Amino acid sequence: MNAIVNLSALIRRKLGKGGLSSFNGGVHPPQHKLESTSAPIRQVPPPARLVLPLRQHVGNVSKLQVAIGDHVLKGQLLSSADGQVSAAVHAPTSGTIAAINNQLIPHPSGLPDISITLEADGCDEWIARQPLDYKAISKQELLDRLREAGVVGLGGATFPSHIKLREDARHPVRTLIINGAECEPYISCDDMLMRERAAEIVRGIEIMRHLLDAGRCVIGIEDNKPQAVAAMRAAAADSEVAIDVVEVPTIYPGGGAKQLIKVITGLEVPSGRLPSEIGVQCFNVATAYSVNRLVHHGEPVISRIVTVTGHAGRAGNYEVPLGMSIRELVEFAGGHAGEELIMGGPMMGFNLPSADVPVVKATNCIIVPDSAMFPAPAPALPCIRCTRCADACPANLQPQELYWFSKSQNLEKAREYEIFDCIECGCCSYVCPSNIPLVQYYRFAKSEIIAQDRAKEAADIARERNEFRLKRIEREKQERAQKHAQKAAGAKTEAAPADEAKKAAIAAAIERAKAQKAEVTPKNTEAVSPGVAAEIAEIETRRAEVLAATATDVRAEEKQSTEEAK
Amino acid sequence: MLTALYVMLGLALLLGLVLGYSALKFKVEGDPLIARIDAILPQTQCGQCGYPGCKPYATAIAKGEADINQCPPGGDAGVHALADLLGVEYKPLNAEHGLPKPKSVAVIDENVCIGCTLCIQACPVDAILGAAKHMHTVIASECTGCELCVAPCPVDCITMEPIAESPANWKWRYPVFEIKPESAVMRKTVS
Repeated sequence: MNAIVNLSALIRRKLGKGGLSSFNGGVHPPQHKLESTSAPIRQVPPPARLVLPLRQHVGNVSKLQVAIGDHVLKGQLLSSADGQVSAAVHAPTSGTIAAINNQLIPHPSGLPDISITLEADGCDEWIARQPLDYKAISKQELLDRLREAGVVGLGGATFPSHIKLREDARHPVRTLIINGAECEPYISCDDMLMRERAAEIVRGIEIMRHLLDAGRCVIGIEDNKPQAVAAMRAAAADSEVAIDVVEVPTIYPGGGAKQLIKVITGLEVPSGRLPSEIGVQCFNVATAYSVNRLVHHGEPVISRIVTVTGHAGRAGNYEVPLGMSIRELVEFAGGHAGEELIMGGPMMGFNLPSADVPVVKATNCIIVPDSAMFPAPAPALPCIRCTRCADACPANLQPQELYWFSKSQNLEKAREYEIFDCIECGCCSYVCPSNIPLVQYYRFAKSEIIAQDRAKEAADIARERNEFRLKRIEREKQERAQKHAQKAAGAKTEAAPADEAKKAAIAAAIERAKAQKAEVTPKNTEAVSPGVAAEIAEIETRRAEVLAATATDVRAEEKQSTEEAK
Repeated sequence: MLTALYVMLGLALLLGLVLGYSALKFKVEGDPLIARIDAILPQTQCGQCGYPGCKPYATAIAKGEADINQCPPGGDAGVHALADLLGVEYKPLNAEHGLPKPKSVAVIDENVCIGCTLCIQACPVDAILGAAKHMHTVIASECTGCELCVAPCPVDCITMEPIAESPANWKWRYPVFEIKPESAVMRKTVS
């Protein structure tokens, strides 16, 4: 056993410098970082009009907290997090809510989504800001504040940070990795942030370390950013906690979370698992910076550093209020916002549907291309099965197999070959001698599989609800039948005594009436003269005769009528 | 001769007992084939197949009473999946039972609804909320789009609306490459 451990340590030492490991594959595209690193970060004044989509993060759409016409201050909450996997949105400047409607967002679909339009009043007036003493409050309270402040991963994935910063008893985080690798060409926003605001990033890292109680803390920076490394080393030396700054070899996609974890710790994140399950958590430097802004300055996430590069007059990094139109930003940077703009890098970015979309939390870079920079791709040729893509794949997949399965829409097979481990880095397409846009096929297959899974889930719920309904109807039917049966049985058994009681009551009433009649004797015939008495007696006998006569008549008539009826 | 006969008889009895016991002991509740067919069906519960729901249709297929191409919501993919499962030849959808439509949800015009509860009784998945003489509404996330509530409505206040594409449910398209006429490409590069 010891021999194996020694051997693995030896191999690890042999593989990379300074005890670093390495991952398979990767490519070395031209870097183009110098274009945007010559000038310091420039502030962009808030524009007159800002558009803030409610969905700027992974998870649930945030819940609206303002109405049209409301006046809001800079940093005021516009929409709050809805559920756990969600993040809030805040006003990047003071002004009035002009509209809440569907607007075009920076998304590859080119579809509009619900957004808030804010007309700036030009005062840029802050709401009351309260720095937090993070050691004095509970961790849960601090996480709630992060959720309310809209802190999300600013490396591009925009996953709500408060979830990743939650302590998990089952998987304690041993290593906290801060990702400053920034491997993708053209992008330099993290580089410039580290060069200029290293101390603030370190303050943020201290808070993250406090939350996760991580034993080790490492900042990984690619060795093509010596100034950033020097600045971070100097800032880390001043910190109260031990923070290692590690230079990692420059290779694309060395800044991918799983790849950076492999390089720094030598651990591989298993397929379909999260880094936290192997005791590692990874955050972008800009995320650490926004944690610091919240805790030490009381500021929510309302701006971010964006690299504007390519065919722009003043290419560089800009601190941009969220919601600013990308057209305005590009023009501010001396570029012309033509038909095609790329958000993100050349490897993983996408063409914006229009220049009139806002800067969101995921906007790390805008490339203004010209035809010389990115010539139209050559037509795709058939796959020649050279497997260069397999050599380049940093996720240890078989891209050529995935391509065939995706192309033939054999989705089950694609899933079997772990298409969901693909990070869409584009290395395979980059090296493909046949110019096949492989990643486009994988994206297609992935979204088809996700849609199928959702439909399956919905079908399962529908089946359950239908079965429940049928059961309920059956149960109600039985209950009704039981009730009817009970009623019928009850009527029979209770009928006899009820009738007798009734009869008895009627008989009693008749008796009472008879007794009453007997009691009542005419009282006005007692004190009369003999003459009158004789007259009364005569009348009485006549009446009796008449009564007897009519009675016999009636009886005779009745007899007659019954006989007739017979 | 007789010994051999006894041995065989004894074996037959023994094996018969074992088989009879295991038939009771390891009895499978319900027909697994019906459940597997039912898993493929889209659970719309619309009854377009001519049966009162997906499960009855699955039962009918398992018994060989119904054909596999009677489910329009399942579409062509559903027929293929059923054909694969049952080892029968694929058939195109039977148009008699209707044509596949884009997935929709029922929407009640709440200004017109009179609160008669007829649609609530018709809904196979209890996706309509309401009470007698009170306004009804559809729980959109539970609606399967079966259209069974449309016909019973006495005031025609229920419409089927196709689910619109949004950034949340958008799918990447199959990569297709526009072939531009050469003259257009030339003009673009010249300009």
